[in-house]
Amino acid sequence: MTATTVGYREYGRPRWQRILLTREMAIVGLLLLTLLVAGLAIPYFADRLTVYNLLRDMFATLIIALPMALVMITGDIDISVGSMVGLSCSVLGLLFSMGVPFELSMVLVLLMGAAGGLLNGALVAKIGLPALAVTIGTMALFRGIAVGLLGTSTVTGFPQGWTDLTKYEIGYTGIPFIIVVFLVLFAVFVYLLNFTPFGRGIYALGLNSEAAVFSGVNRDRTRIILFVLAGTMSALGGIYWTLLRGTARGDIGDGLELQVIAAVVLGGVSVFGGIGALYGVVAGVLLIGALSSALRLVGVTAEVIKIITGVLLIGSVVAASMITSFQNRRKKVTAAPSQTSVAEPAPSGE
Amino acid sequence: MKYMKTATAFAAAALVLVSACTTPASTTPTTGAPAPEAPSETTPAATEGLRMTILPKNLGNPYFETSTKGAEAAAAEIGATTELVGPTDAAADAQVPYIETATQQKVDAIQISANDQTALCDAIKAAQAAGIKIVTFDSDAPGCRDLFINQATSEGIAKVLVEMAVEQAGGSGEIAVLSATANATNQNAWIEAMKTDLAANHPDIKLVDVVFGDDQDQKSFDETQALLQKYPNLKVIVAPTTVGIAAAARYISTSDAKGKVWVTGLGTPNDMRSFVEDGTVKEFALWNPEDLGYLTTFAAAALVKGEITGAEGDKFTAGKLGEYTVGADNTVLLGDPYRFNAENIADFNF
Repeated sequence: MTATTVGYREYGRPRWQRILLTREMAIVGLLLLTLLVAGLAIPYFADRLTVYNLLRDMFATLIIALPMALVMITGDIDISVGSMVGLSCSVLGLLFSMGVPFELSMVLVLLMGAAGGLLNGALVAKIGLPALAVTIGTMALFRGIAVGLLGTSTVTGFPQGWTDLTKYEIGYTGIPFIIVVFLVLFAVFVYLLNFTPFGRGIYALGLNSEAAVFSGVNRDRTRIILFVLAGTMSALGGIYWTLLRGTARGDIGDGLELQVIAAVVLGGVSVFGGIGALYGVVAGVLLIGALSSALRLVGVTAEVIKIITGVLLIGSVVAASMITSFQNRRKKVTAAPSQTSVAEPAPSGE
Repeated sequence: MKYMKTATAFAAAALVLVSACTTPASTTPTTGAPAPEAPSETTPAATEGLRMTILPKNLGNPYFETSTKGAEAAAAEIGATTELVGPTDAAADAQVPYIETATQQKVDAIQISANDQTALCDAIKAAQAAGIKIVTFDSDAPGCRDLFINQATSEGIAKVLVEMAVEQAGGSGEIAVLSATANATNQNAWIEAMKTDLAANHPDIKLVDVVFGDDQDQKSFDETQALLQKYPNLKVIVAPTTVGIAAAARYISTSDAKGKVWVTGLGTPNDMRSFVEDGTVKEFALWNPEDLGYLTTFAAAALVKGEITGAEGDKFTAGKLGEYTVGADNTVLLGDPYRFNAENIADFNF
């Protein structure tokens, strides 16, 4: 082996281990395992309809989880996304019922989502309030307006072409067309986070905010942009939800923020910031969706599904922090003795 | 290596989780007959082992628990299996995942009390496209179901209210109505129909006043007191609202009028039980949710077996309830409201 490989051995594990043995990969593995076991053990799970419904129902969660992951990697959080989904439904319905052309209504709703995100971001970055406090406030604010705007009434009769788009299946594969939209967004967010200085700034802010600022990261601008992205994606989620259900209601997206945050944390993003990868987040969303779908198929009630998701979430967070503290302790222990233990290549697993 | 341990731990957790989740399938409140093991390919035979999903507005609601009891009794007579599923909250689209799950399971029929007329339509249509019969009960989803089992009509309710009032007044004298709000559509329709019926068939009964308790307990209580002071010869108070009847009965039960002024109307057995037992209330009415669930199951079975198509004039037999005919707009009427009194109230818990 060459000198470079030796370098890896000295400071860490082989490359394949560093790629495969991550928290994200653990979630991907858990997802695959869940799919496999559910597919074999649960009647009707391995079915194109299951895939179709699962992906369709998780689409809004998927696209909102992308900016949420970025927000959380900087160490912030946005609790208002579910309410922004509801507000977007209401406003879209209201504009459409007032006779505004539908395409224009959608653009206006997206702009409103961006504006809502800007409000969150400005309060957090410029005024310096904690993101949790700000977005709890806007969560109540957005939901209040959303429900107030439409009251108990509903708006229906959206253009068939658009509502059909949310249901369109690619061939007979069980894959809804909108997943293509998600994949494009996913690619954009991965590029943004992993291949731009802006993305490196996001990680830097989460790891050490002061150090990041001194090394040239524009802290305020970065945080505001991420909140704007979260608001815009939530608005897109609201538009999607309205079209999928064919009806605009202010109570849509209630509790969605918890599902999104749970999936992001489950997917390996640290609640303290600085750590996380988007493929893990996607796996987290799909894992929660697949588990719910499988549990519903075997007739488990909604409360039990919530309990299981909660236990899984806590378990994953506890496991992550235990691993970290274990690693730290090991580092301290191995720091003292000679290089023998460090240079030793990691034995095969189990 | 420790990551390997994590991955294994996750895998083990997933296995435990999924296997733990598959076991409740046998303990869920289905009536006998295990679910077929082989998924998808084999479509279930037409009449052998009919599988139905019962989807009330929410779980843990005594009203729907009673209707499910009736549905399960009917299923046992038919030889069908039922599965009770449902959300814990009554959000507009909370029932959608359950409709989708039933569609994936390729059940024969879904009995649903629709939370929302519009938000469910697409999911219901997808289920129908998969060959599943949809029967709504209690709350309709017009335009997207095969059959609606209507618990009562305005004429039927007005008729039974007048009958009870006339009987309890002894054929002549003064009666008053304690309604909900002044613009409550249902109540106003019933009161109008009552007035017509009284004028035509019971000239000795005089409806002296209609007052409004606004479906608030205290206001209804106060209005009852005012009625008694204003009309000393009053014989019967008819309250066609569950809030009003309970408040009026509570007032009368502790006043001198007890035994002289009778309270009747629409109420639930649990609200009214103590007043029937202490002699304040002789008889009141509501539909019988147990019969509603029973009829719904028979109607769904008749649809699946092809005995009826849901067209007007179709006839089918619903066990102990006898023969029913499908009316206009694919609707089956349960019958006249059910009267609750000291003899039968102990049989009901909702």
